[in-house]
Amino acid sequence: MIIDATVMFDLFVVTLACFGAGALGALVTARSPTLARIVGHGAALIGAMAALAFGLAGLAGGGMQLNLPDLLPIGGAAFGLDRLSAFFVVVIAAGAIPASLYAIGYTREYAGKHSLAGMGFAFNVFVVAMILVPLARNVLTFLVLWELMSLASYFLVITEHEREETLRAGWVYFVMTHTGFAALLLGFLLLAKATGTMHFVQWQVAAAHLDPSSRNLIFALLAVGFASKAGAIPLHVWLPRAHPAAPSHVSALMSGVMIKLGVYGLVRVGFSWLGVGPGWWGGTILIVGAVSAVLGVLYALVDADLKRLLAYSSVENIGIIMLSLGAAVLFQASNLPGIAALALIAGLYHTLNHAAFKSLLFMGAGAVLHATHTRNMEDLGGLMKRMPQTAAFFLIGSLAIAALPPFNGFISEWLTFQSLLLSFQISAHTINLIFALGVAALALTSGLAVACFVRAFGITFLALPRSHQAAGAHEVQWTMRAAMALLALACIVLGTAPSLMLAPLEATIFELMSAHADVQFNLTAVVANDGFGWVAPLWLALALIVFLMALPLGLRLLGANKQRRSYETWGCGRALQTARFEYTATAFANPFKRVFALLYRPVKELDIEFHPESRYFVRTIAYYNEGRLIFEDALYRPLLRMIETLAREARALQSGNVHGYLVYILIALVALLILTV
Amino acid sequence: MFSEIAIALLQLLMVMFGSPLLVGVIRKAKARLQGRRGASIFQPYADIRKLLLKEVVVSENTSWIFRFTPYLLATTMLLSALIVPVLTIRTPLGFMGNIIALMYLFLLGTFFLALAGLDAGSAFGGMGSSREVAIAALAEPTVLIAIFGIALRAGTTSLDGIITRFAAEPLLMLNAGHLLAFIAFFIVALAENGRLPVDNPATHLELTMIHEAMVLEYSGRLLALVEWAAGMKLFLFLTLLSNLFFPWGVALANTPMTLLTAFLALAVKLLLFAGAIALVETSVAKLRLFRVPELLAGSFTVALLAVVTSFFMK
Repeated sequence: MIIDATVMFDLFVVTLACFGAGALGALVTARSPTLARIVGHGAALIGAMAALAFGLAGLAGGGMQLNLPDLLPIGGAAFGLDRLSAFFVVVIAAGAIPASLYAIGYTREYAGKHSLAGMGFAFNVFVVAMILVPLARNVLTFLVLWELMSLASYFLVITEHEREETLRAGWVYFVMTHTGFAALLLGFLLLAKATGTMHFVQWQVAAAHLDPSSRNLIFALLAVGFASKAGAIPLHVWLPRAHPAAPSHVSALMSGVMIKLGVYGLVRVGFSWLGVGPGWWGGTILIVGAVSAVLGVLYALVDADLKRLLAYSSVENIGIIMLSLGAAVLFQASNLPGIAALALIAGLYHTLNHAAFKSLLFMGAGAVLHATHTRNMEDLGGLMKRMPQTAAFFLIGSLAIAALPPFNGFISEWLTFQSLLLSFQISAHTINLIFALGVAALALTSGLAVACFVRAFGITFLALPRSHQAAGAHEVQWTMRAAMALLALACIVLGTAPSLMLAPLEATIFELMSAHADVQFNLTAVVANDGFGWVAPLWLALALIVFLMALPLGLRLLGANKQRRSYETWGCGRALQTARFEYTATAFANPFKRVFALLYRPVKELDIEFHPESRYFVRTIAYYNEGRLIFEDALYRPLLRMIETLAREARALQSGNVHGYLVYILIALVALLILTV
Repeated sequence: MFSEIAIALLQLLMVMFGSPLLVGVIRKAKARLQGRRGASIFQPYADIRKLLLKEVVVSENTSWIFRFTPYLLATTMLLSALIVPVLTIRTPLGFMGNIIALMYLFLLGTFFLALAGLDAGSAFGGMGSSREVAIAALAEPTVLIAIFGIALRAGTTSLDGIITRFAAEPLLMLNAGHLLAFIAFFIVALAENGRLPVDNPATHLELTMIHEAMVLEYSGRLLALVEWAAGMKLFLFLTLLSNLFFPWGVALANTPMTLLTAFLALAVKLLLFAGAIALVETSVAKLRLFRVPELLAGSFTVALLAVVTSFFMK
């Protein structure tokens, strides 16, 4: 299908105009918080819809080239749209539409306390920067938009700046994102210098002439930069701080969409800009992915803060995506392009699916926070009866993220498994072992994710409320519910009819790698590698529904007793049931804490306060079971201490003596003369 | 077309009505080994009938998930019965999924059962759920590495493809990797179905329960569905073990003679497995809960060895 270039350009302009109108409109209506939030987020909603149309048109074949030489120095601003960029625009827009809709209702509680105009402005800048990043086609455009995205998200993260922990979270985020930026800057400049051009499109051709050591260095720098944005271990420390601190619609966008731009960068590095690299590139990404996946879910399992749990779960899913990306790069280096394409499709489909269900889960958590004013799972419970629709949407999100049929997470994990299992076609024992361990890691992650979300959904929504706030919860506003309903529908559709997005993805991969993926699919079935494995998700879903309806009928025909009586939970002899008898979130995670104690290194404290009269009577019992964060302790703290020490020593240079400073200038001038002459 | 529907129906009915019999046989074998006479092998049918005639008492703390879960459990098992090659490899609905899809279908049931355990708000249910998902999570890597081992030798992950390949080339099964994968899968089968040494299905002490603790609140037809679904899960796991690792007798074409042979072969294999399980359950004591991960780690190592030997013996 040929799409007219003018249509593409018009859609592009409409998108930019809507976000611009939203940003300015939010500022202009600053006096009226209601108007500011509706105008700011409403315009973002319309802009995101235009961006979605733009992205879908791009996936169907429409291209775009836009050069604005005077907008930026060193080559001007260059934008271009190919299928991969279009796919990521679709992912971003698909996340931004529900987020904007959700924000209209959610930000109401900020009225009077924080500037809704500022929030609306930052939101629009954030989303439009994210949409433009995949379209950037030269170094400076990319970096400017990347930085704009980071800054806008920083201001959104520290919205609730009256809280100490939010400011700390913002600070950690700021430092980490700029560390990644520094790595990217260095990598890009080295690559530009080696190939002689700042334009991305020309790099793939020129990369073949690079010498291997500089290519490896550039790969390492760019991979580190993009991995830190994606949130891979050990560069993940900002995620569990920033995502809970931010307002829920921002968390949904950051977790669902922004970290995917790190994935975009990794795909470009692995497949577009540097040509086909040595095997260790793919192997490293695979191993980092496997480690992130397992550690991410293990940290999520023991966390009692609902949003921090979801943030760690994002680390896990980025690990899964990097697992399939690493596998794809490794397959390509081993000369198996069909399977590489299959692995890449699995990774990119998981990117889309994660955007859908993670945004849904964060919105659900935001709804719970809105209704109960607490994120602590130990204080929640019983919300199923008080917020039935939110609970149903959160359940769908949990089922999707636990990769259970017939939802979308199952399809992408299934595809990832198929591509990993096909590794037997490589005949190198080390690589085979790495892939086997990758399969084991993915399987462990999968099982642990089921446990994690049984805990997250079960403790938060089921049984009795554990506090007054939870007991007094009520259902949230219709805009928030509508946004969640949209995403839940997306999870179901992407799970039962995956060919809808797999077909454009296959075209994308073909454009990127010039290889046909080793997978066939139609509306009902997906077949990998000509019969190595198959699944028919639509039939599965239909069969599930048919049996679910047939069973009660069958029981009725058998003459089963139809009566049902409601009574107390069986108490084993105790007098009454209160919420104190329920299982707590900490208790639920206890088996895992014990099995994986090597990782958590838990610190257990038991304080028992006895009655002063007699040791037979206990006044209070306080039990602390805190896991330690090993990366912070082992990696970051020593690093930060070293930097602080260096900085303190360097302060000696600032002597305050003007003569000393003149000598510094002289030395610098002489050094420059020597270097350039 | 008609014969395909008939065969699918036959397999379904076999799983539906055969699972209580399997459970009954295991109990009878255990009783005999323990020196008792034991109940009749048809007792589970009587139990299910009794439960169906009783009224359902539901805790007032629960939500719709509690009442929905037994139906979902039975549904996933019935669906799996249509995918697993019980009698013949030409299962009409085998296109719905391969062995990985099957494992995830089982996980779907576990997810909802764990939620139902939490729903009533009792400490026993929470404890059962917590332990059950811990064991399911730790058994997952073993399952998938064992599948990897099988897929390496058979060249496919589709169930009928595996059986066809092994039935056609029996020599593929004659190696250490195959045996190791079988051992690993057998241990996982014990863990997933709540059998000793992981979980005692006949215990009445709540603090030692895993599966039973989750279903403590169920009664009447809901409990009947849960028990039946658990029986079907055991039947399907043992069928997978029999037909994937020892595919002799499985019908490769759908003629009445081959189907009869398949039925008899399956009956013999299941009887042998029932005896083996009864023997294991009588000989070993239940493991302490925090020793179970060690058992599962051991089974994972065995499965990984199976994969490694397959690589080095190619």
